[in-house]
Order: sequence, then structure tokens, then C-alpha cells
Amino acid sequence: MPEFFLNSNQWARLGEGTAVTLQLLGWAMLLGSVMSLVMGVARLSRFRLVRALALVYVEIARGLSAIILLFIMFFAVPILFDVRGLSPMVAGVLALGLNMGAYGAEIVRGAIRAVPKGQAEATVSLNMTAYQRLRYVVLPQALTVILPPFGNLSIEILKGTALVSLITLSELAFEVQKLRVNRVVIEDSATTIALYLNALIIYFVIAQVLARLFRFAERQVETRLGSV
Amino acid sequence: MTRSKWDWDLVWEILPRMAGGMWVTIKATLVGIVIAVILGLFLALGRRSKKKWLSMPVAGLIEFIRSTPILIQLFFLYYALPSLTFLPDFARVIRPLTALILGLGVHYATYASEAYRAGINSVPRGQWEAATAMNLGTFHTWRHVVLPQAIPRTLPALGNYFVAMFKDAPIGSSISVVGVLFVARSIQSQTFRSVEPMMVAGAMFLAVSIPAAMFVRYLERRMGYET
Repeated sequence: MPEFFLNSNQWARLGEGTAVTLQLLGWAMLLGSVMSLVMGVARLSRFRLVRALALVYVEIARGLSAIILLFIMFFAVPILFDVRGLSPMVAGVLALGLNMGAYGAEIVRGAIRAVPKGQAEATVSLNMTAYQRLRYVVLPQALTVILPPFGNLSIEILKGTALVSLITLSELAFEVQKLRVNRVVIEDSATTIALYLNALIIYFVIAQVLARLFRFAERQVETRLGSV
Repeated sequence: MTRSKWDWDLVWEILPRMAGGMWVTIKATLVGIVIAVILGLFLALGRRSKKKWLSMPVAGLIEFIRSTPILIQLFFLYYALPSLTFLPDFARVIRPLTALILGLGVHYATYASEAYRAGINSVPRGQWEAATAMNLGTFHTWRHVVLPQAIPRTLPALGNYFVAMFKDAPIGSSISVVGVLFVARSIQSQTFRSVEPMMVAGAMFLAVSIPAAMFVRYLERRMGYET
């Protein structure tokens, strides 16, 4: 008979894996958000070269897919650029962050273009600098459009973190695989089914929390905009 | 012996094997698409059902599958199913390629169902009312009135998800499906060269995914004009 619960040692391992997953997710989302903002603005630049470079970045980082980008980052980039080997964590953050940045840049670009033209014209008549226009007028209004798709994107990145187990980062998916192999070897009572279901539920809970956080942020931005 | 960072001879040498792997990845995606298109429609209809006992579990299942990693779902199919002793043997022992196709198909069926749902909701109420006025039954209303109008509008969204499915297909290498990533990894371990197989895999990937994404954008523009 399969037993459906894990022992405390196995739970501890899943907990450790989850901590690494969250760390990876946090850094990847930070890099991804910065890249989204920079590349989203660059896609609308006055300068043709800047626009073209941003487009090349978006097409490559999206088109390669997170997993191929990850393997290139881990195996090819250190040799090509003479770096002394990237750790799995760094390669994972770079691959997921750059991948997210490409999708995010398109969201940011669309959101900036959705801000009414009169707003930008008004900043010119107020003699604001380009930075002030972006920081105080355009981005705060674009944010309400940016946040909902960014919530979905963050869940895609969470799902992507499992891929980093394939280059041996000991995050949640990796710990699960290790536990499965150990079970086969030492005949532990926990079943494979319980193991994977527990992992899936942990990911599901994190995804729900992320979705709530983004909805909360959305409401905050909306009330702040409304009170101006 | 010093070796350069990039060896064109090796690139040409591995190209046929890499292309073979790519073809497996593409085939897995295509069969996965067929599953997602069909299963997705049933999921969408199930979720719209007025019967709560049907719509609630379906909605929960869609949400669960959509927000958990496909890699773990693949491991579940490949490693966990065989330990369910009450299942018949043919359902328990599963080949790597079958597991990959099923994993991709089921995962993206949940995405497809959301696309269908949006498309079905975009059919104006008047169309339903007209079908009722013409005394069409449920089947005929769906078959001849609702779906023919809903499905074209879902095509761009479906297209986007299928490009995403293709991008997920290399995860098959983790359960030794001999796709493009698996071949790249084998060449890596045979030749001790990492750069060429990975970069060739990347180039092949771009060669498929960028045109596919452009086609989807073309669909989006066309649908934009029509509706």
C-alpha cells in the first residue's frame, strides 16, 4: 500500500529546496523587471540603433526559450567569454531574468504606448526633462497596465525555476528528484506519487501568493492614481 | 594541444545529428498541439458547464496545472504513474516520448481552454438567442453557430501558446527523449566541447521560434482587422 505522507526528514529537504527556489525566483524577477523596464523604454527610443538593439535582445531572449538559454548560459557562455564558470544559481538567475526581461519589455512597451499622448505633451509644456516625464508622468500611469500581465509572467518564471534543477541547482525540483532516487535505493516508505504531489502543491501555493501580491499591488497603484 | 573556442568543422560534423534531434522535438510539439487543441476544447466546455459538480473541479484542475511547473508534471507522468499499482500495466509503463507528448498536451490544454473560453465569450448574446429562436438543439447551436465564430478568434492566442509549447519541449531531455537538447548533451559528453552543440541548438531554436512567432503576429493583425 502506498503511504501518502512524507517523514519529517523528507519535509525538511523539501523546505530547503523551496528556500532555494524562492531565492532564485526573487533574483530572477529583480533582474527581469530591470531588463523589462530598460528594454521596454529602449524599444521606444528616438535613436534607431537603440531601438534595433533592444529588438534583437527581445527576439533572441524570447525565441531561445528559458531552457536553451539556461544551458547556453551554463555551458557555453563561460567558455566564450572566458569567465571562470558560472554557478548554477548565477546561470539560473541570468537565464530566467533575461528571458523574463524579453517578455516584460513588450508589456512595458505596450503600456507606455497606451498612456495618452496628451500626457507626454503636457510634460513638454511644463518643461520637464525626459527622465522626469518617464518617472513622474508616464510610468505611474503605465503601471496599472503593466501589473496584471506581470503577475502572470511572474508565475511563468516560478515554473521556469524548476528547469534550473537540470543544471544541478539544489532547488525544490532537484530535491524531489534526489529523494525519489534515494527512495529507490533505501526502500523508504514515502511513495513517488506523494513526493511529486507535495512538490506540485508547494509550487501551486507560491503561485497563488504571487497572484495575490500582484493583485494587491494593482489596487494600491490604482487608489494612489485615483487620489491625485 | 590548444583548442580554439569555436570549431567550424565540429559544427558541420554535428549538424545532421542535431537536426535529427530537432525533428524529434518538433514532432513531439506537433502531436502535443493536437492533444491540447482537442482536450482544451473539452476543458473549456466543462468549465462553462452549469453543473457545479463538473465546472468547479475542471476550473480547479486548470488552475492547478497552469500554475505548476511542467517539468514536475513530466516527472509525475514518467516516474510516479508506474508506482500506482492499481492501474492496468499499459497505463503505468510509459515511454519517454509518450510522456513528453502527454505532458506538453495536457499542460497546454489548460492554456488552450482559456483561449477558447475568451473566444466563446466573445460570441454576441444575440447569436445564442437566434439559435434558440431557430429551435436549434444544444449540439447544433455549438456546432453550427457558436464554435465557427469563436474558434477563428482564438487562433492568435492558441498560436502563442503553441510557440510556448515548442519552447518547453526540450525538457524531454530530462527523461531521455532524444530531442535537440538531449543530442546536444550527448555530443557534449562525447567530444568534451560545450560551445558548439549548445550554440547550434540555440540557432536551430531561433530558426523555428522566430518565424513561428512572426506568423502568430500576422494572425493577430489579420484578426484585428476582421473583428
